[in-house]
Amino acid sequence: MREFLEGSRAVAEAVKLCKPGVISAYPITPQTHIVEELAQMVANGELNAQFVNVESEHSAASVVLGAVATGVRAFTATSSQGLIYMAEVLFNIAGLRLPLVLTCANRALSAPINIWNDQQDSISLRDAGWIQLYAENNQEVVDLHIMGYRLSEDKSIMLPVMVCMDGFILTHGMESVDIPEQDKVDKFLPPYQPLYKLDPAEPLTMGMLADPDYYMETRFAIQETFKDVLKLIPKINEEFRGQFGRDYKDGLVEEYYTKGAEKVIVAMGSVCGTIKEVVDELRAKGKKVGLLKIISYRPFPYTKVYEALKDVPRVAVLDKAVSLGAYAPLAVEIKAAFSGKKKSPKVISSFVAGLGGRDITLESIKEIFKKMTQKEVNLEFIDLKPELLKEEYGE
Amino acid sequence: MENKTLFKAGHTACAGCGQVIAARLVIDAAGSNTIVVNNTGCLEVLSTRYPESAWSVPWIHSLFENAAAVASGVEAALIYLGKKEAINVIAQGGDGGTADIGLQALSGMLERGHDILYVCYDNEAYENTGIQRSGLTPYATNTTTTPPGTKSIGNIRPKKPLPEIVLAHGIPYVATASVAFVQDVQRKVEKAISIKGPKYIQIHVPCPLGWRHEPNFTVEVAKLAVETGLYPIIEYENGALISRRQFTPKPVEEYLKVQGRFKHLLSNPEALKEIQRIADNNIQKYGLKVGS
Amino acid sequence: MFGPLIIKPSTSKGDKTGSWRVKSSPQFLRKNCIGCRMCMLVCPEGCIEGKEKNTYTCDYSYCKGCGLCAEVCPKADIIMQEEEAEGKKK
Repeated sequence: MREFLEGSRAVAEAVKLCKPGVISAYPITPQTHIVEELAQMVANGELNAQFVNVESEHSAASVVLGAVATGVRAFTATSSQGLIYMAEVLFNIAGLRLPLVLTCANRALSAPINIWNDQQDSISLRDAGWIQLYAENNQEVVDLHIMGYRLSEDKSIMLPVMVCMDGFILTHGMESVDIPEQDKVDKFLPPYQPLYKLDPAEPLTMGMLADPDYYMETRFAIQETFKDVLKLIPKINEEFRGQFGRDYKDGLVEEYYTKGAEKVIVAMGSVCGTIKEVVDELRAKGKKVGLLKIISYRPFPYTKVYEALKDVPRVAVLDKAVSLGAYAPLAVEIKAAFSGKKKSPKVISSFVAGLGGRDITLESIKEIFKKMTQKEVNLEFIDLKPELLKEEYGE
Repeated sequence: MENKTLFKAGHTACAGCGQVIAARLVIDAAGSNTIVVNNTGCLEVLSTRYPESAWSVPWIHSLFENAAAVASGVEAALIYLGKKEAINVIAQGGDGGTADIGLQALSGMLERGHDILYVCYDNEAYENTGIQRSGLTPYATNTTTTPPGTKSIGNIRPKKPLPEIVLAHGIPYVATASVAFVQDVQRKVEKAISIKGPKYIQIHVPCPLGWRHEPNFTVEVAKLAVETGLYPIIEYENGALISRRQFTPKPVEEYLKVQGRFKHLLSNPEALKEIQRIADNNIQKYGLKVGS
Repeated sequence: MFGPLIIKPSTSKGDKTGSWRVKSSPQFLRKNCIGCRMCMLVCPEGCIEGKEKNTYTCDYSYCKGCGLCAEVCPKADIIMQEEEAEGKKK
């Protein structure tokens, strides 16, 4: 059913449809509305779940860990400081191969403290063993949650899924969204069937000590499983299309006018909506431009990126995060897709924009398209204010 | 004939380890319909080295400080499944994982009123990582991060009153126990399990390695701790003191002189006076002297 | 794909810690035993078992020789006896 609602409310509706038995979260802007909506649903009896109000994000993640380990589907959401605070538990959940869906309302990291959107928080956890999916709009947010549980709980996968949505932009933006019907979701997402769980009827030991003779294989196994995730995401998206009618193609990337393009911007998240508008405008003027939207950041779809961009002469990667001291996190992956390959764009430039919630305007995007005719840029910050910078410290 | 314990032999605890004595008493008293959530520490490491586990009940270890939070999730899941009545949930850890790094998660669990028994195995230091000082390390103890020297007596801070902190949360059952009195440990665990809501039991468990005493002295040392007044054995139900172990007090030297970790104090009359004062305080506060 | 993930219950019994013994092992005299079960409750290995008085003994393949059973027996019915270093019962 089509509804006009706030992104956070859309998340809550999507999570409600997935019927988690335990929800636990700690409030942090801009995730707060998500858990408040869920709390109201539980209080009204609309959602039969145990709602555990914890004293920190570390405990929120621990509570859902315990719940999933006991065989019950669970949910949590967080942002920024909360995500980094629970980082230790997130590594733990992936290592224990426990399925879970976590909503990350992307927000900048302190210091300095900043509550607005960039993608530094989830990007900083790219090594944790979590599947990371980035949404462009609130419809994708809803659909990624439903597909997320299905993907996470697949018996060959059993890895947790982080659905990343830009804080404030998507969480607090009002959009017209189709909320699927419960019976359709029930058909698409069967009840959680754990591979193993804590049960006195079948005791087992979870979270053991693995010394050097045993540890490495556990990591190798997850690395190999991510290859299976790359194969499963397109299958799940195809099934989703059949059941709900929305087509995300392979669900790994979205190619927006990349065929025959001379310039393509690569990006993740809500900025893709802005870029699409610029692409439409420039295409109408006969310019051959396009957008490659990355949906799955982990596992990273190197082959898809290669296929989409190998004949595009000029590529620019737009990062909403930095890997301080090195090249930007999305840019390095894009460049790696062409390493050792026969074909490659002539220029792959890297731009960082929107940190701490600074607006990325239509003008900014047009600027990037203009800059793409020049030499390759290793890392350039867009819309920087030089008047705020000084070489030496002093008031 | 095989011991039907739920915590099997073949684990790699030191000979004479007090913690595994207590851990066995706890799980055998709780029974097989129990899920155990364990913090990182000696107990977790010595009992679950892949591919061997000493546990015959469902058991999970997550991190150092979150047993209470993970147990909260287990309990919530059992409630959702309608199975909580039939299954006990125990969260357990050492003094490090409980009083220090785990205090936040413990407090949260107590405040939310989960139906969980939390057991703290108090060997008074971070023994597993090499005998470093914890919040429950007693005054003047020699640990590797509070070594005595010309500028220091050892641990300069008193023991954190964790049972009192837990009691202040207003939970239905709080008790201390000791491996000196094994039946008392089991009685308290059985009592706790029968009560609904958050419960806390802190068990004094000597560590032959960290305390520097012979392995066969574990029970005797634990007894001396109680009989000098340095480890009150008390029991609270709904905030009221319902039992305490009374004795004829022995001077603290009798307890200190049999452990290497206190050796440096025997020539320090001021330190001995202070420790005696702590003991006398406990004896007075809880009425531990026989006849009071 | 999955690597090592869980451990089956009670598998520690494969680790015969009796080989740790260096000094002595407990001898259960079975003369004055009153069946109080203190030895069984106090053994850190949990390898002492018995049914009624004078039936208690330990599984020497796990006994680390700590001597606590002998210490706590109220009837001194367990004594620690010296043995060879390999941990074999004399």
